[in-house]
Amino acid sequence: MQLTNRSKQVSNKEMTLAEKMYLPAVVGGLAITLRHFFRKKVTIQYPEVKRYLGPIYRGHHVLKRDEQGRERCTACGLCAVACPAEAISMVAAERKKGEENLYREEKYAAVYEINMLRCIFCGLCEEACPKQAVYLRHDRMVPVFQERDEVIYGKDRLVEKMDDRYIRVNNSEVKATPTEPSLTRAAT
Amino acid sequence: MAEQEIKPQLLKVTIDGIEVEVEPGTTILQAARKIGPAVAPPAMCYYQPLKGSGGKCRACLVRVAAGSAKDPRPMPKLVASCLTTVQDGMVVENETSPQVVEARKGVVEFLLLNHPLDCPVCDQAGECDLQNFAFDHGRETTRYEEDRRTFEKRDIGPYIQLHMTRCILCYRCVFTADQITNKRVHGVMGRGDAAEISTYIEKAIDNDFSGNVIDVCPVGALTDKTYRFKNRVWFTKPVDAHRDCPTCSGKVTLWYRGDDVIRVTARKNEWNEVTEFICNTCRFDKKKTSDWTIEGPTKISRSSVISANKYRRDEIKPSFGQRLAAAEYKAIDDERDTSQLGIQQLAPERFAKVLPSALEPEP
Repeated sequence: MQLTNRSKQVSNKEMTLAEKMYLPAVVGGLAITLRHFFRKKVTIQYPEVKRYLGPIYRGHHVLKRDEQGRERCTACGLCAVACPAEAISMVAAERKKGEENLYREEKYAAVYEINMLRCIFCGLCEEACPKQAVYLRHDRMVPVFQERDEVIYGKDRLVEKMDDRYIRVNNSEVKATPTEPSLTRAAT
Repeated sequence: MAEQEIKPQLLKVTIDGIEVEVEPGTTILQAARKIGPAVAPPAMCYYQPLKGSGGKCRACLVRVAAGSAKDPRPMPKLVASCLTTVQDGMVVENETSPQVVEARKGVVEFLLLNHPLDCPVCDQAGECDLQNFAFDHGRETTRYEEDRRTFEKRDIGPYIQLHMTRCILCYRCVFTADQITNKRVHGVMGRGDAAEISTYIEKAIDNDFSGNVIDVCPVGALTDKTYRFKNRVWFTKPVDAHRDCPTCSGKVTLWYRGDDVIRVTARKNEWNEVTEFICNTCRFDKKKTSDWTIEGPTKISRSSVISANKYRRDEIKPSFGQRLAAAEYKAIDDERDTSQLGIQQLAPERFAKVLPSALEPEP
């Protein structure tokens, strides 16, 4: 019964003198090894060198600020309810008079925590956010942690720094610039 | 001899193809509710416990395809089902009529003309009638480009805040104030676009039952100041509880966050209506578990966002997978002729050493 058409007939014929010496086969094998020395390497030195993972990579979370530097998050809780791993929790607070330059809406997240042990980086929080506040950076990963108390990220590590604005770009050459991410819907 | 009870003649109504028998004087909405939530028209202003409510929001518009058995002509326009009483042989089309579906889209659009889209900020989000109504019946986008009318937030008494911006002028709170006090001074001030809930509520606010305007409000216009921005509805856990209250029935729903009661509301029935109003003491002052006798978790429909991320022990059913497999099981038709399969059938004697049962005749 023939199972595949790639099968080879095995023959038991006598080897020639050149084949009996094995030398041409050994040299041929070494030539292949030598050729690979001069090939371009496919590996990179990972922690020092990082690959561009594309514009849709979901990495480190960031709580965006708007163009005036106010926090966009209004603690509506939609990211937390959308989160399949229940990694997000928050406490809302009312914006007081004089804080209009800090928070965009009249309500803001006084506490916003993401448990990175729970997070599965699915990006559903980003999808659920009605205020375009939470994003998963494509250019940065969540660093490895050694201690359990390092894994809960508060606002100090999540809110975007003014000198380190995040923008999602399609080109690895373009560095992050202090502008808005492309908004498909105007914020109300 | 026992007194012969005179039964009023029951009227037959057909709503969306489902027949129901109701007493004379029943409205179409009530008849539809008798059938069930699948055919009940939505209601934004109608509130059964409040006398005189209804007829304002037009959310419950239905088409009457046949007026009655005697006069089977259809009614010329869509009618508000909360005010129209049924007649014998009436045929009503609710969601089955494309005309009604289209009209509801328009009603949603009108209600949202001046309603701010600040659901992420609003405390009512998650239990908001307008949110549900717009989600079920509205369009995905808005065509409105003009500025919405805005008002300043106003405190009505120490516990209630009025966001007039969000008000859809359903008059439910007006009827509530009417019901709880006879000192009502004003209802709604102004007309048309300038209409505004006004002073009467402030007069009624000393009343012990004034907090109920929060519960009857279909949107987030009247909100509990003690609950303001405390939490989102879907992060809290509703629990039925009661206490011995000298002024009201004392039957409430407690909303827990962890071990803390962060809000007390009256119990709502399946139509989102409060049937037993509770007093302000129960609502605003008794926020400790020790004040209450817990009855058990409130029944929340699975489709509601309030039931998100909650795993009640009695709802975890480990046998579900097995039962599903049993229900889906299909017996394999194994009448095949095995000699056609190309499998070399070895004589049973070959297995006799390791498998003595192979020699037994097949059943």
